Amino acid sequence: MTPSVTTTSNLEYKGAASISGPIIVVENVQNVGYDELAYIKTQNGEIRLGKVIQIMPKAVAVQVFEGTNGLSSTEIYTRFLCRPLEIPVSTDMLGRVMNSFGEPIDGYPCFFVDEKRDINGYPLNPISREYPREFIQTGISGIDCLTSLVRGQKLPVFSGPGLSHNELAAQIVRQAKIRTGDDFNIIFIAMGLKNDEAAFFKKSFEETGTIKNVAMFLNLADDPPVERIITPRAGLTLAEYLAYEQDRHVLVVMTDMTNYCEALREVSSSMEEVPSRKGYPGYMYSDLASIYERAGRIHGKKGSITQMPILTMPNDDITHPIPDLTGYITEGQVVLSRALEKQGIYPPINITTSLSRLMKDGIGKGSTREDHDNVSSQLYAAYAQYNAAKSLVTIIGEEGLGNRDKDYLHFGEYFEQHLIKQEHTENRSIEETLQIAWDALSLLATEELTAIKPEYIEKYYNKKSNPTGN
Amino acid sequence: MVGKVCRVAGPVIEAIGMTDIVMHEIVQVGEAGLIGEVIRLSGDKATIQVYQNTTGLKLNDLVTGTGSPLSVELGPGLLGRVFDGIARPLETLQELTGAFIKPVQGVTSLSRDKKWAFVPKVKTGDTVLGGDVIGTVQETALVEHRVLVPYNISGTITSVVPKGNYTVIDVIVTITESNGKKTDIQMLQKWPVRIPRPHKKRLSVFTPLITGQRVIDTFFPLAKGGSAAIPGPFGAGKTVTQQQLAKWSDANVIIYVGCGERGNEMVDVLDSFPKLTDPTTGHPLMERTILIANTSNMPVSAREASIYTGIALAEYYRDMGYAVALMADSTSRWAEALRELSGRLEEMPAEEGFPSYLPSRLAEFYERTGVVEALGSDKRVGSICAVGAVSPPGGDFSEPVTQHTKRFTSVFWALDSELANARHYPSINWMDSYSGYVGDLAEWWHQTVDKEWANCREEAMRILEAEDELKNIVKLVGPEALPGKQRLILETARIIRVAILQQNALNAVDTYCSPNKQFKMLKIVLDFHHLADNVINKGLPITKITALPVIEEIMRIKTNITNDNLTMIDDIDKRMREHFETLELNMR
Ligand SMILES: Nc1ncnc2c1ncn2[C@@H]1O[C@H](COP(=O)(O)OP(=O)(O)O)[C@@H](O)[C@H]1O
Ligand SMILES: [Mg+2]
Repeated sequence: MTPSVTTTSNLEYKGAASISGPIIVVENVQNVGYDELAYIKTQNGEIRLGKVIQIMPKAVAVQVFEGTNGLSSTEIYTRFLCRPLEIPVSTDMLGRVMNSFGEPIDGYPCFFVDEKRDINGYPLNPISREYPREFIQTGISGIDCLTSLVRGQKLPVFSGPGLSHNELAAQIVRQAKIRTGDDFNIIFIAMGLKNDEAAFFKKSFEETGTIKNVAMFLNLADDPPVERIITPRAGLTLAEYLAYEQDRHVLVVMTDMTNYCEALREVSSSMEEVPSRKGYPGYMYSDLASIYERAGRIHGKKGSITQMPILTMPNDDITHPIPDLTGYITEGQVVLSRALEKQGIYPPINITTSLSRLMKDGIGKGSTREDHDNVSSQLYAAYAQYNAAKSLVTIIGEEGLGNRDKDYLHFGEYFEQHLIKQEHTENRSIEETLQIAWDALSLLATEELTAIKPEYIEKYYNKKSNPTGN
Repeated sequence: MVGKVCRVAGPVIEAIGMTDIVMHEIVQVGEAGLIGEVIRLSGDKATIQVYQNTTGLKLNDLVTGTGSPLSVELGPGLLGRVFDGIARPLETLQELTGAFIKPVQGVTSLSRDKKWAFVPKVKTGDTVLGGDVIGTVQETALVEHRVLVPYNISGTITSVVPKGNYTVIDVIVTITESNGKKTDIQMLQKWPVRIPRPHKKRLSVFTPLITGQRVIDTFFPLAKGGSAAIPGPFGAGKTVTQQQLAKWSDANVIIYVGCGERGNEMVDVLDSFPKLTDPTTGHPLMERTILIANTSNMPVSAREASIYTGIALAEYYRDMGYAVALMADSTSRWAEALRELSGRLEEMPAEEGFPSYLPSRLAEFYERTGVVEALGSDKRVGSICAVGAVSPPGGDFSEPVTQHTKRFTSVFWALDSELANARHYPSINWMDSYSGYVGDLAEWWHQTVDKEWANCREEAMRILEAEDELKNIVKLVGPEALPGKQRLILETARIIRVAILQQNALNAVDTYCSPNKQFKMLKIVLDFHHLADNVINKGLPITKITALPVIEEIMRIKTNITNDNLTMIDDIDKRMREHFETLELNMR
């Protein structure tokens, strides 16, 4: 990478006292600030970017984003820039493809730069936040009905290696809309993605014509891992600019957060820091929060930032530190299940472990429908009963079940096959979704529906579909 | 007193040339005047944790001592406000730097300009002791602020202002001590947050903290002055439960510490509390609440401090004679902040990287709860109860923070991901949870609600335990294979779970359940059980009972019958008895 910015300090320091992992230690430097940006010129004239991560009495430690591969400890020159890492931001970045530093890599000329911004941003004052409430229709029943997404929310997809999270994310990007109009600007952040995955997304955006609204920040599998630490920050810096200066509604898709966390672990271990669980650094929670908490809305601003991070759970294990710490920060999670995918159910959303914490204020009369909240509570409870009944069946067979449990079995099968399952191109309105939900619930006797107000049962319960005639 | 920065590693820095500095002194760092606290001293080298972002800090930047430890400002003007971890009002920060927090200097907790209507309670010539009330200010409609003589001062009042409007820095009283020393007293006082405020003596707990949450009040009650841990994986309901407690508990003052958690959860509190009113006075609940919001994206050192800021404020209101309830969400983030800072100090880690002093810090914190008689001559009794959320990695309770918290708290509300996944909220697992206060509080329930309380609670617990044992058999043979009496236990347990233990915080009626309603609900379920048991003993098949429509009626009591309409429960009870009589008659 060739930095496009000119330096502001002309002092160059020759050599490094040590090189370890992505970190170099430069001695006898003067007047260098913590978090400051540095250029490292290699023996063959290539320039790499780094940042000061520790100041010591006689030296500073610099983390080199492109890695230290091939660096010689004597023949390098380090120059400090007296400012933290900044990226250019501009509305012209929509429709373009950039690297982690916000520089175009799509072969077209550089865009007009509106301004430059520190990629770390600043913490949003909690009292300046506006509570997110506007329902986003994704057209996907499992999400719209049971883990509703609202504008300004951070709702990750917890997936596993090889599951259909990319298809799901692409479908959400294509279909997501506020029911009152207003298109989203999309920021797509790839961290350690394979080339064909990135191409899949690009193609999918092109096919639907959304590409002109998409800014892509790419760090691919063959790009330097340490650079991944800045990719999401660069993308979110643009998101903040678009949302809070240009009044845009921004949907940020970040994938794969697992690769991000692994880069973080690599930097930490080369710093010889005391690790916490599975070798990940103890500050990973705070670090992830500094990314995820950049979603939201601000009082008095029109725009918003909605985040959909995607991560693959190592071993499909939801207690692994990456999904675990993410779930502790995000406002819910959509969990994909290998078992459902094997049954041919797309999207394989496992609602049991899925949750949207901001749903309560985004649904109901005026935004979706009066019965939405009751229906979703009842579906969750009923699906839990279905799972209990299903595990009984494996032991005592279906004949051993009482009528109640049998009803739940039918309910659950219908639920998975009709409500959760849908086509890749199928864009359901919330009314259609709720209709299917009632079809499923109507397989249960009305006495079972204690989470639903009697007046809604009266109005929406489908009497014909209940074979027992309750 | 001026030293120079010699090392920067994130929020921890070192400075040399720090003569005359003391441990825990607050210092100002660099041009921006960042606030830091001395956490280690060796020779003239001080290690400092900085409460703001250290970006741009350089070698040889100046470090200046302030002469005082990390303190909170005390006085009227705290209630209804939101502060960061080091007690800076977030509103002021917003005015100064906009929606995003940037470095600023000289922000104080309390306004120096605002005037308060002060009513003196002493006159010239009175002798006073430390802790005596010298006057009052109606801080909010819900709370009368009592201005106290600082603890280290006693003597004769030599001047006192007349009733009127004063700022917190106006001198309101002058006290002359026996050695002739005169001290001017302002409403504004300071207290170092890491040091517990003194009191005269500890008393034992005797009143419940009524929270309106059935599984808590009826099954695992908390006492005013008590301590509770609420551990659970993400999504299990820690925050909702804590917010329910902050909304509905019958404490006088609520301190809610958002420690390293989500920004939007703070907004949720800020949006909802002003709209909810205190049942007795009709004033917004925000008027008895102080929020400390140091969210996960705010500096980690201030997260470490936030817990102490919170408990010091709690002690201040306790000393006025109030029942204070403090919620800390989440103490794990505080422990992690300790771990992160300890790591930067290159201390020897103990379990899972946490410093070896984690247990003692936790113990010190929970030791600051309790019922006490305050200093001063009027025998005021105040209390602090603390509820700490714990966020165990992977939901595994064997980790250090959960384990140590368990040692120092008396109530344990174990949240369970299986229950939460089945949307059984609050997901407090009745087999794993406990309260050490049941015995202490029974008297209150017997006096105030019903003398059968303890017996009923016992019986319901026994039914739940029996269900737990039967569940294993059911897994092998299915429920249909069990005898009627055992199937009744399963059915009653199901009713207890759905009708009583589950409580929807989002439902307008169910969100708060009065003690009387709680008892009546418990009673009607047990009545059902006894009536059903009787007919089953006489040979009635269980299916006749599970088909009774009264079961659905019982399940809907929580949402259909408001706290002031409890005779409707008696009506259901009456109808239920008639049903059973008919069943019995038809058997003959
Ligand atoms: N008592 C309750 N009533 C209704 N919903 C609840 C209740 N407790 C928890 N929930 C649901 O569970 C979600 C997660 O709860 P929360 O308290 O935020 O979990 P945690 O803090 O443990 O991560 C909430 O957004 C809400 O949907
Ligand atoms: Mg929480």
